[in-house]
Amino acid sequence: MRYAAVGCCLLTLIACKRETREVRPSPAVSGVLGDAATESILYPGGNTVHLDVRNPYEGNAYAIYEGQRLFGWYNCTGCHANGGGGIGPPLIKKDQRDWIYGSEPSNIFDTIVKGRPNGMPTWGGKIPEYQVWQLVTYVRSLNNLESKAATPVRSDSLEQKTATILPNKNGTPRP
Amino acid sequence: MNQTMSQSMWHTSGSNAAHIQGLALFFGLLLGTIFVIVVGIALLSLGRRHRGIRQEPLEGSHKPSARTEAKLRTAVSIATGITLLILFGLTIVSVSVGKVVSASIAPAGSLIIEVTGTQWWWKIRYTSDDPSRILQTANEIHIPVGQPIAIRGNSIDVIHSFWVPSLQGKRDLIPGRPTLEWLQAARPGEYRGQCAEFCGLQHAHMAFWVIAEPPAQFDAWLNHQLEPVAEPTDEDTKRGQQIFLRSACVLCHAIRGTDAAAEVGPDLTHFGSRKTIAAGTLLNTKGNLAGWIADPQNIKPGTHMATVPIQPAEMQPLIDYLESLQ
Amino acid sequence: MTPTASEQHAYADVDALRQTWSSKPSLLGWLSSVNHQEIGRRYILTAFIFLLIGGIEALLMRLQLAKPENTFLSAGHYNQIFTLHGTTMMFLFAVPVMEGMGIYLVPLMVGTRNVAFPRLNAFGYWMYLAGGLFLYGCAFFNMIPDAGWFAYPPLSGPQFSPGKGVDVWAQMITFTEVSALCVAVELIVTILKMRAPGMSLNRMPMFCWSMLVQSFMIIFAMPAVMIASTVFLLNDRTIGTHFVNPAEGGDPLLYQHVFWFFGHPEVYIIFLPALGMVSSILETHTRRQIFGYPALVLSLAGNGFIAFGLWVHHMFATGLPEIGEAYFTAASMMIAITSGVQIFCWLATLWSGRLRLTTAVHFVFGFIFIFVMGGMTGVILASIPLDLQAHDTFFVVAHFHYVLIGGALFPLFAGFHYWFPKFTGRMMDERLGKLSFWILFIGFNLTFFPMHWLGMLGMTRRVYTYIPGLGWENANLAATSGAFVILCGGLIFIANALRSRGSGERAENDPWEASTLEWEAESPPAPYNFPNLPVITSRAPLWTPASERGIVIGLRENRREILITEVLGTEPHHRSVQPAPSLWPLLTALGFSIGLTGSIFGFSWYYVASVLGMIGLVGWFWPERPLEVDP
Repeated sequence: MRYAAVGCCLLTLIACKRETREVRPSPAVSGVLGDAATESILYPGGNTVHLDVRNPYEGNAYAIYEGQRLFGWYNCTGCHANGGGGIGPPLIKKDQRDWIYGSEPSNIFDTIVKGRPNGMPTWGGKIPEYQVWQLVTYVRSLNNLESKAATPVRSDSLEQKTATILPNKNGTPRP
Repeated sequence: MNQTMSQSMWHTSGSNAAHIQGLALFFGLLLGTIFVIVVGIALLSLGRRHRGIRQEPLEGSHKPSARTEAKLRTAVSIATGITLLILFGLTIVSVSVGKVVSASIAPAGSLIIEVTGTQWWWKIRYTSDDPSRILQTANEIHIPVGQPIAIRGNSIDVIHSFWVPSLQGKRDLIPGRPTLEWLQAARPGEYRGQCAEFCGLQHAHMAFWVIAEPPAQFDAWLNHQLEPVAEPTDEDTKRGQQIFLRSACVLCHAIRGTDAAAEVGPDLTHFGSRKTIAAGTLLNTKGNLAGWIADPQNIKPGTHMATVPIQPAEMQPLIDYLESLQ
Repeated sequence: MTPTASEQHAYADVDALRQTWSSKPSLLGWLSSVNHQEIGRRYILTAFIFLLIGGIEALLMRLQLAKPENTFLSAGHYNQIFTLHGTTMMFLFAVPVMEGMGIYLVPLMVGTRNVAFPRLNAFGYWMYLAGGLFLYGCAFFNMIPDAGWFAYPPLSGPQFSPGKGVDVWAQMITFTEVSALCVAVELIVTILKMRAPGMSLNRMPMFCWSMLVQSFMIIFAMPAVMIASTVFLLNDRTIGTHFVNPAEGGDPLLYQHVFWFFGHPEVYIIFLPALGMVSSILETHTRRQIFGYPALVLSLAGNGFIAFGLWVHHMFATGLPEIGEAYFTAASMMIAITSGVQIFCWLATLWSGRLRLTTAVHFVFGFIFIFVMGGMTGVILASIPLDLQAHDTFFVVAHFHYVLIGGALFPLFAGFHYWFPKFTGRMMDERLGKLSFWILFIGFNLTFFPMHWLGMLGMTRRVYTYIPGLGWENANLAATSGAFVILCGGLIFIANALRSRGSGERAENDPWEASTLEWEAESPPAPYNFPNLPVITSRAPLWTPASERGIVIGLRENRREILITEVLGTEPHHRSVQPAPSLWPLLTALGFSIGLTGSIFGFSWYYVASVLGMIGLVGWFWPERPLEVDP
């Protein structure tokens, strides 16, 4: 009986995390000053072990919703369209090996904050950090990398398709 | 806010709301009388046995005499007939007032204002045939007294509802269904309105002001609003402008006269001249503005305004700058 | 000449009847019961628990609104709570409790032993319970809907309501609507085909008429809400359709039309059984046959028809064409005529009867006061210009609480006090009952009357807080204090019920000297209702001299046999055997529930629902061993 109760409590934690709506920005995780992602084990000036910074909004439905809004507001669509790309590369990857700089949350965080060669601007210092994490979660959700239960199947604007609509057998999204 | 305001449908200005108020009084008095009569009859019937009114024996048939039944039939028939006539009359009165109040064709020569509801503020756009006289602003509408105003409404996200009780009934702003209603203020004043269709977390704090002014004053206001802001002159406001242009503010807000031109958030040109901030939630004072910028989630939890990290030393110049945009 | 109830026992083997019709006392027997009294009681008790939950949610809301810029509940929590409050009260309390009263009373009133489809009856209850457990179970997992009880898109759509909350809401509706449809079907067939011989339609009790009209309304209205919630909204949210997405050619207004096509009849579905209860109570307590029986029946039917022509009055502010909206003004005014005729007939009954002022009659007077006021504000809202000021404000909140609580809850409480002796065999305490009435009446008016004023002062609905300085503070504080007075009244009522159940004065079969058939049965009724089914010769069977009444003899007592009669003339048509208690309705409901619960996470769970449901239905309909027919 006791274990069943504990089990239930643990189960609720799973859904709790997905369904909570944290409107207040979570305390800043220091990633802006350095790298969020570990690029290599070689570090100048000594061997410091650097752990990947975790996405505080992983699997959170509200963060994906905010990320979707910010994706339009901050004009990511200007280069990436609704995920299909244009001036910039598509963010809905046909093949998960197509991520140029990696698909881990810390990788995408670095991409947005530091910018990347060939046109990705540096948004660090402009977009508040917690919103960068929301964008990270949203971009990952476009590729089925976040919890399916947290990802909306469609947006309310034109021609927005996410990878979560009836994906192909091998996991790639249908066009 | 600690000044008394009113959003009451009884404080009318303008023919539309006045017609509605008159209709409300008529309906209210008539229906109130009917209510008193009906409940009164019910209570009187209670009193019958107490007052010893001779009541017919009902044992056996459990029905009163045929004469009583006939009298009751007459009474119920007459009551039904009167009800029918009253309701018919009320329908006619209502439809005729409705024709006047909700005409969806605004009188010719109306000033057309586009109101776009969005979570959780109001995008206002004064239209004009001359493109240089199109004004984009937010949350505060000025109108000239005595002239019909056509409100073209729309929404870009969820369903909102444009409602200023002192002037006109409400109109839902449904995405994909542009709508038109007109209103007219009869005397100068400040009329508060509020979103009247549940639109999410901060539906409660989505208000706006309609400020009616004499036509000359309105023209002056409009001309001034159309001008871009001047370059700041003193050090404090110059620094404030730099902070504004350097921070995340420019990702969402526009100030004509600077490089900031984003349209996803409210237009802040002449922000200092507005009565309230955060869509009618707080009075536009320096203290309130500082609190709002420092932590918008505290005032409107769920708001789409980002929590921008502004250093304490930067806050004063920034709000000085914003309040200087008169 | 005709035997009295006790003498009837000489014509019936009551022991055999009891053995045939009882449910087994074990847990398995409880789960497999198909007895209409047990299932009716379950509906009523479960609905009452949801009433209490909904009431607590209301208290939380009122606490938050007691003062401006209050921080008792956050915006998100407040939105969830008002959504749950509306959903619980409308779907999990109001309709099921009326269904429960119908299931319990209709077979007794028409003079038969059970409803027409006993296992469907059980299935309907299990689906209802599953729906309630689904909603609140998911709430336990933080999947709480927060888009209001009618969940307009695009706010409730996939982009603006993240997470699974609204999916839970949309799918829960499937459960409760299936349940309501099952009950509607049973009641219609029971009323039309199982009435006692001689009970032609013009001799049927008013309560049965109201349940008949209500059941037809359910059949036409419920599919509309399933379309709106499941087909439009849930599909948009789970499989990416665009029914209500304007960017891709859908229309949010379509959802509103289809929802309110259900939503308006829904309130009459809740209201009509209450009207039937008022007629029953007034007939008994004025000791005269109800005045204007044909007018009352026609008004009920008129209410049912016209209710389907009113729905746009919930959408007057959407900018639909003026002429079309005016039609709905006329129709909304017209329905006041049918309601008015009924009120006038009751007033005539009260005027010319010899009233016995019990607690039930107190609640009926409360109903007249509150419902008529609600009806007046309804006429105000029917007028488009007035609605354009009052729509979506607290004026509407006041209106619908007046008509729902006054028009449905007060008659329901009257019905509880009236039929409590029949349900339990004991009388409720009159003094406590009258006290609970006065406290409820005063508390209700204190809570909701100020809301008319708040709406006119401009306070919109569904706001988690308000800024100070608009003049809304005092009325809100009054409303909050009234809510606690209602709580006191409700607690006294519960205390009265519990105490009377245990130690109230014992009731005989007919403590009120009433006119309708259910009072011939024992208190509480035996599982077989009547030892012999009655033969009816008038509209008020128990007020007819014994010499003019008859009984039906010849139905077997060693199996569950009932009499099917013709629809109009009620000549006996044939004897029918009812199924024995069975676990399959529960298992089928379980199968569907598992599938429907999972379906919000993935479309493939619909297949699970189909397969499990089909297994259940196969077991349910598996033919039984043919019975031996003795001559």
